Amino acid sequence: MNHDTFSQATALLLDPYGLSLEALDTGLSHAMGPGVDFADVYLQRSWRESWSLEDGEVKEAGFNIDGGMGIRAQAGEKTGFAYSDQISTDAFMDTGRTASSIVRQGQSLGVKAEARTMAPARYAGGNPLDGMAPEVKVALLREADRIARSLDSAVRQVSVSLSAVYDVVMIRASDGTLAADLRPLVRFNVSVIATRDGRRERGSAGGGGRYGLDRFVQNNVAERYAREAVRQALVNLDARDAPAGQLPVVLGSGWPGVLLHEAVGHGLEGDFNRKGSSAFAGRMGEQVAARGVTIVDDATLSDLRGSLSVDDEGTPGACTPLIEDGILTGYMQDKLNARLMGHAPTGNGRRESYAHLPMPRMTNTYMLDGQHDPEEIIKSVRHGLYAVSFGGGQVDITSGKFVFSASEAYMIEDGKVSYPVKGATLIGNGPESMSRISMIGNDMALDTGVGVCGKEGQSLPVGVGQPTLKLDEITVGGTQAG
Amino acid sequence: MSQAFDIAAQQDAITRQAELALAHARQCGATACELSAAISQGTDINVRMGQVDTLELARDQGFGITVYVGQRKGNASTSDASERSIRETVEKAVDIARFTGEDSMAGLADPDLMATSLPNLDVHHPWALSVEEAIDMATRCEQAGLDVEGISNSEGASLATGEGVSLYANSHGFLGVQRGSRHSLSCVLIARDDNGMQRDYDFSSSRHPFLLRAPEDIGHRAAERVLSRLGAKRAPSGTFPVVFAPEVASGLVGHFLNSIAGGALYREASFLCDALGDRLFPDWFSLGERPQLPGESSSAAFDGDGVFTRDNDFIRDGHLASYMLSAYSARRLNLVTTGNAGGARNVRIDAPLTEYSSLISGIDKGVIVTELMGQGINTVTGDYSRGASGFLVENGQITGPIEEFTIAGNLRGMFSALTALGDDVDTRGSIHTGSWLIDGMTVAG
Repeated sequence: MNHDTFSQATALLLDPYGLSLEALDTGLSHAMGPGVDFADVYLQRSWRESWSLEDGEVKEAGFNIDGGMGIRAQAGEKTGFAYSDQISTDAFMDTGRTASSIVRQGQSLGVKAEARTMAPARYAGGNPLDGMAPEVKVALLREADRIARSLDSAVRQVSVSLSAVYDVVMIRASDGTLAADLRPLVRFNVSVIATRDGRRERGSAGGGGRYGLDRFVQNNVAERYAREAVRQALVNLDARDAPAGQLPVVLGSGWPGVLLHEAVGHGLEGDFNRKGSSAFAGRMGEQVAARGVTIVDDATLSDLRGSLSVDDEGTPGACTPLIEDGILTGYMQDKLNARLMGHAPTGNGRRESYAHLPMPRMTNTYMLDGQHDPEEIIKSVRHGLYAVSFGGGQVDITSGKFVFSASEAYMIEDGKVSYPVKGATLIGNGPESMSRISMIGNDMALDTGVGVCGKEGQSLPVGVGQPTLKLDEITVGGTQAG
Repeated sequence: MSQAFDIAAQQDAITRQAELALAHARQCGATACELSAAISQGTDINVRMGQVDTLELARDQGFGITVYVGQRKGNASTSDASERSIRETVEKAVDIARFTGEDSMAGLADPDLMATSLPNLDVHHPWALSVEEAIDMATRCEQAGLDVEGISNSEGASLATGEGVSLYANSHGFLGVQRGSRHSLSCVLIARDDNGMQRDYDFSSSRHPFLLRAPEDIGHRAAERVLSRLGAKRAPSGTFPVVFAPEVASGLVGHFLNSIAGGALYREASFLCDALGDRLFPDWFSLGERPQLPGESSSAAFDGDGVFTRDNDFIRDGHLASYMLSAYSARRLNLVTTGNAGGARNVRIDAPLTEYSSLISGIDKGVIVTELMGQGINTVTGDYSRGASGFLVENGQITGPIEEFTIAGNLRGMFSALTALGDDVDTRGSIHTGSWLIDGMTVAG
């Protein structure tokens, strides 16, 4: 991040209201009431545009502007929080005062002089809404529709969507933090319904990241995702019932990394470990996964959906090792939980918007490469499941139980990928499943930029990734018992 | 609570926004338009291990408009309700409508379908509760749970209270306003044994503060629920009857409703396309919505198109009697709107109920599901595969907790295999139901 980031953020967040950085200090000084030991001000404005196609026509398009400030005040473990969509000196004062009402007595601490956070930018900060004419966006959607329909006569319905968000934030905290970030985020998606012999199936594909819309044209996403969505729908038209019971499962590379997000990631967020509510609490330094398993959370990868130059507390994005060679070595922290646990913040303090409190959250979570050739991994399975795409997952961090649901899977018979099976839910216990990883591929890939993570009602863009993996045994929830 | 919220003044303010926007849209060349606006305020307090954890004061507002220029359409929305911002938002919507394609089905609902009577539905009961009183209630709630032997940790008790006013208006001249309030108290507790930790919760929610259950009762019930999960074993694998507890049975009703929603039908994205008149459930089962019941969680006099709401029967004597349609989806399907823009409201089941204890005692071997995980519902095919936890039933008795298993089937088959409904009706949400006993699902443990 450089002076340019600050001046652009100031121009977009403060100048339109005739305010300067002093307004943030005003809010902060009111939030630092008696007994408050930390406070911060988060100022945000987001511009969002979306276009969608149905029945061969772009029938829906929308534009949204959202913005405001959120101020929180902390005293020990207590947090007071208020927000406002008004931007004025009075609003900063009122919001700061309301946030500090959590405590009314104690020492009055001052606000440290500002020190601008200088962190390397992980993406270019241009506004993606400006980069492409409306006619070009419409043409891009139509192209995906045309290609999808031309691929197979079984294709009945095609939906295509494109969205661009420009999120500009500024953070000022009593610990001296002054940070700003300009975050573009774009997404392209194709979904198709195919029918054959009375059966009906869906296929979908998409991706995006923190860059401008022009890259969708360069990368030919309309054709790429149209082909992928149609291919998946056609595979599913041939799918047979999935097995039920415990089986060896091979997970493909890339998006199946949602396994790590659920089985490990959430359980290593600082808040759950401070409160002792995670199945991983108190296990630092212990072996929690098979040897050879190394998992990191990495906000520093260029242009990825989950990447952050600075987090929503002004801490620079980082690459944090979570598990190294099977040993638990790190938690993901925001400032509050880091302070209370005596750790350092790791740049994982994220919030959905100014109207939400920050929490420790993932960025891009992935497993590093192992040594096996993916073919060799499949060959090692006599009877099992090969799952290459997933719809999403969920975890109960306290019991450690997690699920994730396959949207494209095949049976493996005698070391060969055979027929496709219907999507089935896989269920396991985080630490137990991690210890059953017996082979790790050398084909690490990140997902295409589609992940959305939900926690306590807040949604955030995230990334996942992994090489091809073999789990010796996990419960597969198909309908074919026995 | 601590910030003043003058709902009458807020209602006037959003009404003025609406009138300004309607006039400005017409000036900008819109041939029709519709808009919604809302403003709300609330307080959310979480107490954990006897100490205040978070105190959150929320004030939200939003404004969104859809304009039609002939058969083209544009949407825009904002959280900034200043006059300048409203004008810019309208202009942006009109601007976007220059680039969208013609849709012969686009447009407002017919003017003669607009709601004409807007009865008081008794859903606005704000709570004059001080922060101190709120903290006290949450503290008592959590403490009642922590006092139960075996509870080792807590994620806290939360008290949330809020009120607001929302509006829908369109260029037919319809303008409907609704005030509302919501209050809830919840508690999440943790217990530990040699096998690890378990977590569970209880909550109460209502439009009226005096209808909330006692804080101590909620904390105590949350403790009972979590303790009952300790020592969970693996489930047997095979084909068994499955009892969906009310808190998960309402999810099955939700999947059914999603699958008869007009948007899913015209996109051919539902396993219930072309199923009107089909027998889906046993003939003793009927299901519908009662949107104008006073004081209920989803009561409303008009839907998201301004169309009057009415009692709809979706399942009558086991047969699919009606789809769930908005003005647009109805036009796409060559049908008439059912007043369901925005979904179903206050869903009720009409069926004979079985005493819960005899529902369980009639099961030779089966499972009770109290919690479901994951997104394994495919509404295109009806295929259903979820992670679950709950209890094992053997010889008519609940023999202990089970976890880390899956249940699978197809929704169409599951609906027709509905064998009995329990009398343990959960009335906390928009969907009221007791337990569902469904025969012959695949369980994998």
